[in-house]
Amino acid sequence: MTIWSRILIAVEDDDRVFKALADPTRRFLLDRLFERDGRTLTELESELEMTRFGAMKHLRVLAEAGLVVTRRSGREKLHFLNPVPIRLIHDRWIHKYAERRVSALAELKTELEETG
Amino acid sequence: MTTMTEIQTTQVYQVFIKATPERIWDAITKPEFVEKYFFGAQVESTYEPGTPLRSWSPDRAKLWTDNTVVEANPPRRLVHTWRSLYDDELASEDESRVTWEIEPQAGGYSKLTLVHDQLDGAPKTAERVAGGWLLIISGLKTLVETGEPLTASWE
Repeated sequence: MTIWSRILIAVEDDDRVFKALADPTRRFLLDRLFERDGRTLTELESELEMTRFGAMKHLRVLAEAGLVVTRRSGREKLHFLNPVPIRLIHDRWIHKYAERRVSALAELKTELEETG
Repeated sequence: MTTMTEIQTTQVYQVFIKATPERIWDAITKPEFVEKYFFGAQVESTYEPGTPLRSWSPDRAKLWTDNTVVEANPPRRLVHTWRSLYDDELASEDESRVTWEIEPQAGGYSKLTLVHDQLDGAPKTAERVAGGWLLIISGLKTLVETGEPLTASWE
């Protein structure tokens, strides 16, 4: 596999995560799972004002982006929040652009406070 | 809005890695790989069920975790108990369980799933390991795919 095709795969993975996050209902679902993980479709659906089919559609997009992982527990299918794709986005996109400037600002603040 | 309102007794982490299950198994079990993404931890284990799986601080001065191997099925599945000793508050909590699952996928990928569960009697451990596992899993992926450790962001 060439470097270029590896980059393309990484871009596709990022795309899926960004697209999954670019929807208020899906972000709402992630926040609900963050509060209490391992929920059934019925539980999640009761938090939404939409049909079971609508809830399933959103959960499928989240699952395809890797943000939600389902696991069987007895007869139930439980939905878990998988934070790894967000961490990878952070490593690739947030840390790179935000961290250095934020730490430069923090250093400036310390310096000004010490000399002032 | 985003505060944790309930103790998470099961945590799931999943990632696709461009590597064979065998390479990922090695990255999880061989000390020379583990130290590169596990906060410099020095691990010791024969990975046989019922035997200890211990990890030490990088200078080997302090025992960090004292775990027991429950199940080992290379290169697909590893189950071990978890007890954090690096903090007295965590050390007094109940033992929990960590499961590593590796499944081969199309295109030379493998799916790695880490489940840390049975955390009912270890709420502080549950809170503390959450960020740690994220760094460990993303570091493991970077190491296996590039051969380079992720910048040591815990230092």
